Amino acid sequence: METTRKKFNLRRFAIATLVLYIVFLIGPIVGLDVPAVYASIKSNPLQLVQFLIIGISNGAIIAIIALGYTMVYGIIELINFAHGDVYMIGVFTSLTVLSLTGTLESKDPAKIVFGLILALIVAIVFCAVLNATIERLAYRRLRNAPRLAPLISAIGMSFIIENIGLMWAAQAWLVPSFGTTGGASQKSFPDMLGILFTSLGWDVNLLASTGIALRLTIKDVMVIVLAVVLMVGLYLFVQRTRLGKAMRATAQNRDAAKMLGIDIDWVITATFLIGGGLAGAAGLMAGLYNNTAWWFMGFRAGLQSFTAAVLGGIGNIAGGMLGGFLIGLLASFSDGYLNARWTNALVFATLVLILLFRPTGLLGEQTGQKA
Amino acid sequence: MLELKDVHTYYGNIHALKGISLTVGDGEIVTLIGSNGAGKSTTLRTIQGLNKPKSGSVVFNGTELHKLPAHEISALGVAQSPEGRMIFPRMTVMENLEMGAYVRKDLTSLKDDLDHVFTLFPRLKERIGQKGGTLSGGEQQMLAMGRALMAKPKILLLDEPSMGLAPLLVELIFEIIKKLNEEGTTILLVEQNALMALSIADRGYVLQTGEVVLADQADKLMKNDMVQKTYLGVE
Repeated sequence: METTRKKFNLRRFAIATLVLYIVFLIGPIVGLDVPAVYASIKSNPLQLVQFLIIGISNGAIIAIIALGYTMVYGIIELINFAHGDVYMIGVFTSLTVLSLTGTLESKDPAKIVFGLILALIVAIVFCAVLNATIERLAYRRLRNAPRLAPLISAIGMSFIIENIGLMWAAQAWLVPSFGTTGGASQKSFPDMLGILFTSLGWDVNLLASTGIALRLTIKDVMVIVLAVVLMVGLYLFVQRTRLGKAMRATAQNRDAAKMLGIDIDWVITATFLIGGGLAGAAGLMAGLYNNTAWWFMGFRAGLQSFTAAVLGGIGNIAGGMLGGFLIGLLASFSDGYLNARWTNALVFATLVLILLFRPTGLLGEQTGQKA
Repeated sequence: MLELKDVHTYYGNIHALKGISLTVGDGEIVTLIGSNGAGKSTTLRTIQGLNKPKSGSVVFNGTELHKLPAHEISALGVAQSPEGRMIFPRMTVMENLEMGAYVRKDLTSLKDDLDHVFTLFPRLKERIGQKGGTLSGGEQQMLAMGRALMAKPKILLLDEPSMGLAPLLVELIFEIIKKLNEEGTTILLVEQNALMALSIADRGYVLQTGEVVLADQADKLMKNDMVQKTYLGVE
């Protein structure tokens, strides 16, 4: 017993070494130059704090998306591959709402605030309904099928939604083109918070008056505050409310939940509604933060959020939040000190390493059920 | 109160129940005995709606249960302490009990029912904040029964409440079953421990490979040759 265990660990160690070897072999070519990174940190330590701020803001968005993956996995053990694309639809929904209400051209602070709140609500509702519809159409009938079937169905849904995004982006009356043509190009998502602050005569950089050479913008604050509000709200919902408890019960033992009178179909629909709503909110947040809208953006966000969910422990809500922030920081430091092209590979390498060494994730410890 | 008529249930291609008919009267303790794979648990799962019968009927107080989804059946007053206990391992004892009362509309007497469960199982009160998965086997059995009682059931389905428990604990559990019955709960008890089950039951059914092979008063079953040989170990 002891020897087989050791052997197994040795094999995992070998694979991990291989992964790290590849990272460091290809690393320098794409900019992973350790002495240079060290020198750069030493010469400008404030920059580290700057990347920290960016990492936390991006991490907040990733965490909100990761919650959708982790909640759905927790309850039906399915990786909803279409989730990242639901988030992309959230970006386009909010951009369309801002465009149709005339908020994009407005300089009136009250109107901008109203438009943003409306966009948030519409994006949440639209993505919630979209996500629940996906479950109804593509997953429900496959609930008792072999695991591979709903997985393939999820990948199919992902392609379908990406194509909807492509068509949506091509409609100039819905998505202002700002000179770009066709649906495949990246669309600009105007910096409404910056416009709002400028129109009020305030500096976008909240640290401008302090003289510190750092940028902590209203965008960072908005993203972090909104994410924290959503997370606390979700946590209280799942811990305290009747439906939240029914969701946890269903996740832990579906048959027992049925036996106690919990309507499983409704609980699963509610889970998809909440996950989709969070993705919609993340869509608006990301649009305002990164100022782009692109039909393929759900892929990278999905990859990062999925990794975050696995890192924290898939199925574990607190884990999804933690994983989101960690992946955000990793991506930010990689973008800043290495090379933005290298970031996705690093995120993937993280995924491989977690799956090798701690498949249950950081917080995913299982409370074993005794006989 | 509860009547099964010619119930056939399948797991995929496996014909698990081959025409089970049985009745449980108001206030009775009825036991199903039989060896592994005889269909005892499947019968309870079929009553609860977790498995749907292919043909036959399950009628409870005039309602046809086989036509209802599982979650509506428990609201009618059918509760179960299932095989393998099926408690929620990552929820506290208190939360597990709260889930038992999920279908209840009258939440006013909830406190009293909680006290009732704690009088029956004082151990659960000591463990109130502990996660279900960290309890011992006996405590998990108590929790599964307590959770079922929180629904204030008219009929309580008990699946192997003695499985894997120490003899002293088994006796305690059976005393509690008797007590619950005296308080007015009808009980359908599935057991491998035929001696214990027949000693507290009013009537019993013997199941073999998905069929009822014997049905009689419990005391008569105890004296039956076949039952004595197969289930009571009397040579």
